[in-house]
Amino acid sequence: MLSEIWIRRLLGTAAMVSTAAAFCILLVLVTLALPLFTAGGLGTVLSWQWLPFQGKFGILPMVVGSLLLSLGALAAATPLAVGLACFAQVLAPGWIKSPCLAVVHYMTSIPTVIYGFVSVFVLVPLMRQWFDRGTGFSLLTAMIALTLLILPTIVLVFQATLREVDRTARATCAALGFSKPSYIRHALLPLSRRGLLAAVILGFGRAVGDTLISLMLAGNAPMVPGSPLDAIRTLTAHIALVVATDSQSTFYHSVFASGVILFLIMILINLALRRLGGSFAP
Amino acid sequence: MTAAQKRRLADAATVAFCWSAAAGTALAILAVMGFLIFRGAGTLGLELFFGQTHWWDAVTGARPVFDGLWSALAGTLILVVLSCLMAVPVGIAGGIYLSVYATERFRSVAGFGVDLMAGIPSIVMGLFGFSMIVVLRHAFFPHAKTCLLLAAVCIALLILPYLVRTTQNALSGLPEQLRLLGPSLGFTPWQNTRHVLLPSAGRGVLSGVILAMGRAAEDTAVILLTGVVAQAFLPRSLWDKFEALPFRIFYLAAEHRSAAELDLAFGTALVLLMLTGALFCLAFLIQRTMEQRWKN
Repeated sequence: MLSEIWIRRLLGTAAMVSTAAAFCILLVLVTLALPLFTAGGLGTVLSWQWLPFQGKFGILPMVVGSLLLSLGALAAATPLAVGLACFAQVLAPGWIKSPCLAVVHYMTSIPTVIYGFVSVFVLVPLMRQWFDRGTGFSLLTAMIALTLLILPTIVLVFQATLREVDRTARATCAALGFSKPSYIRHALLPLSRRGLLAAVILGFGRAVGDTLISLMLAGNAPMVPGSPLDAIRTLTAHIALVVATDSQSTFYHSVFASGVILFLIMILINLALRRLGGSFAP
Repeated sequence: MTAAQKRRLADAATVAFCWSAAAGTALAILAVMGFLIFRGAGTLGLELFFGQTHWWDAVTGARPVFDGLWSALAGTLILVVLSCLMAVPVGIAGGIYLSVYATERFRSVAGFGVDLMAGIPSIVMGLFGFSMIVVLRHAFFPHAKTCLLLAAVCIALLILPYLVRTTQNALSGLPEQLRLLGPSLGFTPWQNTRHVLLPSAGRGVLSGVILAMGRAAEDTAVILLTGVVAQAFLPRSLWDKFEALPFRIFYLAAEHRSAAELDLAFGTALVLLMLTGALFCLAFLIQRTMEQRWKN
């Protein structure tokens, strides 16, 4: 019986570690970003110019860049995901349904760097040709690649809700004489709004957190874009660029501030998902 | 237009929209894979991995490989094994605790922590590893630098929440009568877990582990900040810099100097895609057999 207690404690410790790790990471990041608040550095970081050699460490352009890119990708991916999920759940002929879902599952396992890599050699030249402006590394380019990256997350989370709703509503609606497309429009989608909202929030989290797509495709210019064809820099790419290029340690405050901002976004996302209730983990 | 006509039009639009969403996605994925296979397939071969070095010399580390991806592949494999050694025991144990032992309240709090952890962007995880080095350098070891061990720890943290969740879900997904079987025979919670639950849910747990391995192999942002370099050969110790497949792809996409290097990049991308694809298929098959076993 003694061993029973010890096993319980051991397993409990593992669970504690898995839980506490997130809070420890937040603690470390906040501690390292702390000098900003005491030395009045907050104003220098929360400003609109990134000219580190002139002492201007503003990261607001990166915040805007992150938001624009994520929201843009989300705006493109959400309708696509809704169409795809409804197709897989209702419209697809029997033989195509499970391969279709298997492909979406498979998409989650494709490395991010592959999307970035292929886009550099396919999408970027195309963008350069079509729009005949700039280098082809732009907000729009990154948005297209990012759409493909977050699509499977949204589809899988949304489809889990659709499956549940479909199970309860299908027979009723068929008995009422709904055609399949009307059933989607008037019963299935309205009934699974919460699932869609959860899926969109999770997709947003995935989009904000992605580093490689924006680092490889968005051009990394630290400014607020005037058009979708301008280059942008995201918070994630900013962290990667500043840390990986052996910058001076005076630059690091802005990096830790970026890390804290990203972390806070994730906390908000998780709180929002909690409020929606249920379990929406993909 | 009559109401019936309007409805028929809307129906047709819905069908067209759903079909084109599905077809468009399939086309995009086919284009990505097709392009990689088209450009990369020709480079596959022993030379892609080992360059001009004899393969046996390369594998044993007797001679360095200059123009192949062996050291990147080895770096990734070592990284995956190391991080799984750290994360898998903790993750599975944590998942078991949450599913079998935990009170409802603790499960809810821990669930939030684990979900939050799963949401942390990998670059932030890398930044965490990097800041550990900054702290160490200031406080204890002035010579501390980013290295293989640090990267493995950060990757382990990255995959930990997935392991906890998949283990927890695999155990909680078992049929009710099976979960009550042990206690009804007078088993203690651990005996029940060890002899009834784990053997039944083993495949689910295993497929979770394999998926986590795939994530460990593909992640670039973490290692970008924790010690990966473009040219390092095989790491000689845990404190060494290392190479990795995803970083090499990222690096060569921007820095290729010749057509041969570009071919190498396409070959590397294809190898990584095959590696993660193989892990995915394995996990998928294992998961399917598990689901079939417990259907009804």
